[in-house]
Amino acid sequence: MFRFVLSRLGFLIPTFIGITLLTFIMIRLVPGDPIEAQAGERGISAARHEELRKAYGFDQPVIVQYGLYISRVLQGDLGRSFVTRNSVASEFFELFPATVELSLCAIIFAVVIGLPAGMIAAVRRNSIFDHGVMGISLTGYSMPIFWWGLLLILLFSVQLGWTPVSGRIDLLYYIEPVTGFLLIDSLLSGEEGAFGSAVSHLILPSIVLGTIPLAVIARMTRSAMLEVLGEDYIRTARAKGLSGMRVIALHAFRNALIPIVTVIGLQVGVLFTGAILTETIFSWPGVGKWLIEAIYRRDYPVLQGGVLLMGAVVMIVNLLVDLAYGIINPRIRHAR
Amino acid sequence: MTTEVLQTPPIAAGTTPAAAPPSDLAAFWHDFRRNTGAVIGLAIIVVVTGLAVFAPLIAPHHPDRTDSTAFLRPPVWQDGGSWSHLLGTDAIGRDLLSRLIWGAQLSLSIGVAVVVLSLVSGVLIGMAAGYFRGWIETAIMRAMDVILTLPSLLLAIVIVAILGPGLANAMIAVALVTLPHYVRLTRAAVIGELSKDYVTAARVGGSSNLRIMFKEVLPNCAAPLIVQASLGVSAAILDAAALGFLGLGAQPPASEWGTMLADAREFVLRAWWVVTFPGLMILITVLAFNLVGDGLRDALDPKLKR
Amino acid sequence: MALLQVRNLCVRFPTAGGMLQAVDGVSFDLDEGEVFGVVGESGSGKSISMLAMMGLVPFPGIVTADRLTFDGQSLLGMSARQRRRLIGKDIAMIFQDPVTSLNPCFTVGFQIEETIRLHLGLDRKAARRRAIELLDQVGITAPESRLSAYPHQLSGGMSQRVMIAMAISCNPRLLIADEPTTALDVTIQAQILDLLLDLQRDRGMALILITHSMGVVAETAKRVLVMYAGQIMEEQPAAKLFAAPQHPYTEALLNALPERAMDGRLATIPGMVPGAYDRPKGCLFSPRCVYATDHSRNDQPALRDWEGGRVRCHYPLGDPQRLQNIAADTPIGVTETAS
Repeated sequence: MFRFVLSRLGFLIPTFIGITLLTFIMIRLVPGDPIEAQAGERGISAARHEELRKAYGFDQPVIVQYGLYISRVLQGDLGRSFVTRNSVASEFFELFPATVELSLCAIIFAVVIGLPAGMIAAVRRNSIFDHGVMGISLTGYSMPIFWWGLLLILLFSVQLGWTPVSGRIDLLYYIEPVTGFLLIDSLLSGEEGAFGSAVSHLILPSIVLGTIPLAVIARMTRSAMLEVLGEDYIRTARAKGLSGMRVIALHAFRNALIPIVTVIGLQVGVLFTGAILTETIFSWPGVGKWLIEAIYRRDYPVLQGGVLLMGAVVMIVNLLVDLAYGIINPRIRHAR
Repeated sequence: MTTEVLQTPPIAAGTTPAAAPPSDLAAFWHDFRRNTGAVIGLAIIVVVTGLAVFAPLIAPHHPDRTDSTAFLRPPVWQDGGSWSHLLGTDAIGRDLLSRLIWGAQLSLSIGVAVVVLSLVSGVLIGMAAGYFRGWIETAIMRAMDVILTLPSLLLAIVIVAILGPGLANAMIAVALVTLPHYVRLTRAAVIGELSKDYVTAARVGGSSNLRIMFKEVLPNCAAPLIVQASLGVSAAILDAAALGFLGLGAQPPASEWGTMLADAREFVLRAWWVVTFPGLMILITVLAFNLVGDGLRDALDPKLKR
Repeated sequence: MALLQVRNLCVRFPTAGGMLQAVDGVSFDLDEGEVFGVVGESGSGKSISMLAMMGLVPFPGIVTADRLTFDGQSLLGMSARQRRRLIGKDIAMIFQDPVTSLNPCFTVGFQIEETIRLHLGLDRKAARRRAIELLDQVGITAPESRLSAYPHQLSGGMSQRVMIAMAISCNPRLLIADEPTTALDVTIQAQILDLLLDLQRDRGMALILITHSMGVVAETAKRVLVMYAGQIMEEQPAAKLFAAPQHPYTEALLNALPERAMDGRLATIPGMVPGAYDRPKGCLFSPRCVYATDHSRNDQPALRDWEGGRVRCHYPLGDPQRLQNIAADTPIGVTETAS
């Protein structure tokens, strides 16, 4: 197990270096001079320009500049936003809980519905239920979620008036951020109705963001279960006189879980992609919307730092998924 | 235990085992046709392609022509709709149906162009990785890992941010994001095939390495590449539309479906049709390519054959 | 009364090309404590008929029988819940490939104790003690430490011992062993077989030994059933079957034994077991039978009582009238050919 963790780490480090290279090169490829871009429309004197060039190390060879960049990154310094002048890292971590909260709710929604649906579809293979689940999940998989979000707003917010259109919580409430997760903070605040408001704001975005993972998880669960149900040890379990429920929910599911966990882990990248769109549609104040606005404003340090941090988060989650994989798969856990 | 019984050759009653085996293409079509979903998907693709090719003939109006007398006119079946604009008009009086039809042209070209671009470059890069091995392979595969680690839309956004918004740049971005799938498939196939006897035989026979790569190795990994490509078209259409929706892809007044949705967003409260129809077109087209992709995989993957 | 009574057991699978008859009218009795061999090639329906008794025929198989009773209780008539109380307790089964038959995600201990706790209602501690005892009985050294092992940490022979421990954990009255040694190394095969027979003797349980090896049956079984293409071809006491086989198929199987090889060459049976679509009209073995006549190609012989056993052939090998009958059924001018 220890060796397994080490090998995963050994895989991560080159990837992380690759991402820093990408973000480093990215800022260099952006058209125009970064210092002038930072100065904005006020312009800048030639002397000050030269001074800044030195300060940022732009007069050094590229390789030295990359070294400087890496050392700044490792110290947690990702630069300052051109627009707000705030540190990119602190802006990211201020907005990140909102994205995590949304993503967690979305993945819970996807797992809670997708897993049982896929299992039942596999057990009732070729039934109407099976065909229905497969049809719906392929549709979900093909869904342009930015449109799906608009449709749901149209139906539930505009037509029925059940859910709010945008934001994380009603403007009536001011919730002191403690954990950054509004569901928790609103409960902590003790304000009446705040929690309900936070929940109602979360419902549509979670459904929208969870749609594609839901489809993928349902399909994967079905195919993993189908494969496992044909295995010899399932026949053994039945031959022991175990109930059908126990055979499926324990003996089959425990094995099917191994590929399913991998797939759930792979959804993290999908979730971030979706978060960019979902947050834009629902004006959700998370890192996705923040990044998109950075592009509109040509706020390159935010873009650079945000991409790096998002890449790091995906890598860390992938590592955690690998570890979880090791825990549920005895063949890896006991490999020495 | 089941296998004992199911070992019997799957010959349909009435046919004799001695009959000549059907050709590859016929066998493929036979397998593909049994998949109802795939056939429906293929039919939809044919219809959408028809719309795209004959857009100038079918579309009742020019997609960019504005009708100042008809802003946000609803579809024909709703109060206030008119027969001249079957699906209504948008905020500046352009005919929605015509724009959707022309959009088919744009979206399909995007899908196909992106896939061709990433398929060709992916195959070449994958071949280089599989053939040269060593540090070239390591560098290539690490780069692919980086691309795979970053959320695809995020990476596409970064590329567009560097290159500037626009349809061509969006297409390059999407092509780059989907590159690793082709590279990995090709590399694995090349490494697998190069160690096989017939390649050695071809080498001994004096064939050049390049010739071996294209004539022997490539056909052997064609099936997974074809499946990946058909799924890639749907991903490309979806991603390009997402970029369009974010204002980073095709720029107005292009009748790209995602861009149309972006324009329509602010009218979501007043004019449901400008929001509903472009998205429906994206969904249907993407779904069709996914259905066909699934059907292709089932028909081409020998492991799944019964 | 016999422990197990089977009358006209049929298992069919609906397929795209029609019904596939996997088991066709199998009937036999099995006494308490008897060792019963079932032989036949792959695809002869021997495994499926045993799975049918366990209620384990995979979807979409259809099982029918005129009578299928265990200790007087009808296995087909009872509910799934009632059947599950028998299966794994009074009737247990072990399978061909022990490595894939154990669940890779659970420890050996969990998998054995699960059965014990389900059927005997023991608590965790007692089940553990019983599991250790069982592992000891099947010849696994250091059983306490093996309980926490995962199947991938065991060898094939060890896995089969675990499977046997699991099967005998609730003192079954009938153990069905489906090719228990086929997937194992040759050196291990004899050990496992001896273990099974020792356990059978000590506990007095009935044992159905399914195998495609005549050699295994010869040393172990009291009675032998020979199956082909889902049908019983012959049933005889073991000694008699080997001394004087009555069915041409049995004879061919015996001739294929290495120790009976003549001139250093192994005899083989040409052709293959018929499948769903090439089922002969007459005797199912006729396409591969050296003695087949038009009569056997057109009319299926019935399974009939014959010299203390049963046989399904128009011309049993022990029939004194045999050659005359064959000659009578062969048109004049046509020389007999092996078809």
